[in-house]
Amino acid sequence: MESPSQAYAEELRGGRMVFNWFRQKTKTKDVAKDRLRVVLMQDRLSLSHGIMEEMKDEVITAISKYVEIDRPGIEFSWKEIDKRRALVANIPVISIKRGATSNDRVTQRSY
Amino acid sequence: MSQAIVITSGKGGVGKTTTTANLGVALALSGAKVVVVDADIGLRNLDVVMGLENRIVYDLVDVVEGYCRLRQALIKDKRVDGLFLLPAAQTKDKNAVNPEQMKELIGALKEEHDYIIVDCPAGIEQGFRNAISGADRAVIVTTPEVSAVRDADRITGLLEASGFEKPELIINRIKPRMVARGDMMDIPDIIDILAIDLLGVVPDDDYIVVSTNRGEPAVMTDNSRAGEAYRNIARRIRGEEVPFLDLSEKETIWSRLRRLMRRN
Repeated sequence: MESPSQAYAEELRGGRMVFNWFRQKTKTKDVAKDRLRVVLMQDRLSLSHGIMEEMKDEVITAISKYVEIDRPGIEFSWKEIDKRRALVANIPVISIKRGATSNDRVTQRSY
Repeated sequence: MSQAIVITSGKGGVGKTTTTANLGVALALSGAKVVVVDADIGLRNLDVVMGLENRIVYDLVDVVEGYCRLRQALIKDKRVDGLFLLPAAQTKDKNAVNPEQMKELIGALKEEHDYIIVDCPAGIEQGFRNAISGADRAVIVTTPEVSAVRDADRITGLLEASGFEKPELIINRIKPRMVARGDMMDIPDIIDILAIDLLGVVPDDDYIVVSTNRGEPAVMTDNSRAGEAYRNIARRIRGEEVPFLDLSEKETIWSRLRRLMRRN
């Protein structure tokens, strides 16, 4: 096993001691903030599970009017993008319905 | 118009009881009629922090169960005009009282006092439900630590779900030196994360231990930083605009030099 003095000598040899001394140390308050952000997001989400399901259903219903989607393949998740909370939805599309564009809608009606 | 304010936190040990005692005394010193209520049934503590433990005859549960009249259970603080304590029962448990009874009790107290400050027990169960019922306003106490802030967020959600539109935050035990070093979350950090209104900031102060040893809340003396902060909070509760204490540490030439070198 490596003794502390050996480790120290090793660091000195690599010049890392000097490097570390000048390097900006990560502030532990920022570590705390980042961890809290993630934890609170999960807490708030798990508490509002019912609301999340309801919202998912409504989004699916709205999209289904225009495109045919693979319902079992749908994924909703919270991510942190550029320090902001983002709701990321992954909705696999099987096909676009004919009536999706306004021109087609007229044609469809005339059938 | 009288107001009932509940002091909550979720996490234990962040200073709810100390906050209740100090705000109660500070409000009474400013001329209001105040009752501090210990809603932590089974774990009574507000009495010792206030220094009134030797004068308890009846308690909150006795009032609710009809063993005595409300006025008999109220302990008058002889040091401060217009200040009363309604102690918790020590032998019963939290289920001895229900939210309806608490609401009725707070309503009765409001008839004769300007401020009712309720010390809520830690946790989110029955004791919490009891303590918040009947309150018009909710204050959440937290410290700049991950665990306390997390619980404060949970409590905020529960309070909002119970109809408290704007719970207010007190950040307790800020250590300016650690904040300056970047080793403690600062006030804007916490406000940013919790997204609720700030009612006050209380610096970490050894004098709180001394004052608790004596049973004299810190606002009773002039030489406590925490006491000064609590006096300011009491003024804000009364509707005054009071600037927040400047807690920033003066930077010495050495700390500045060290910081600059670290930045490279």
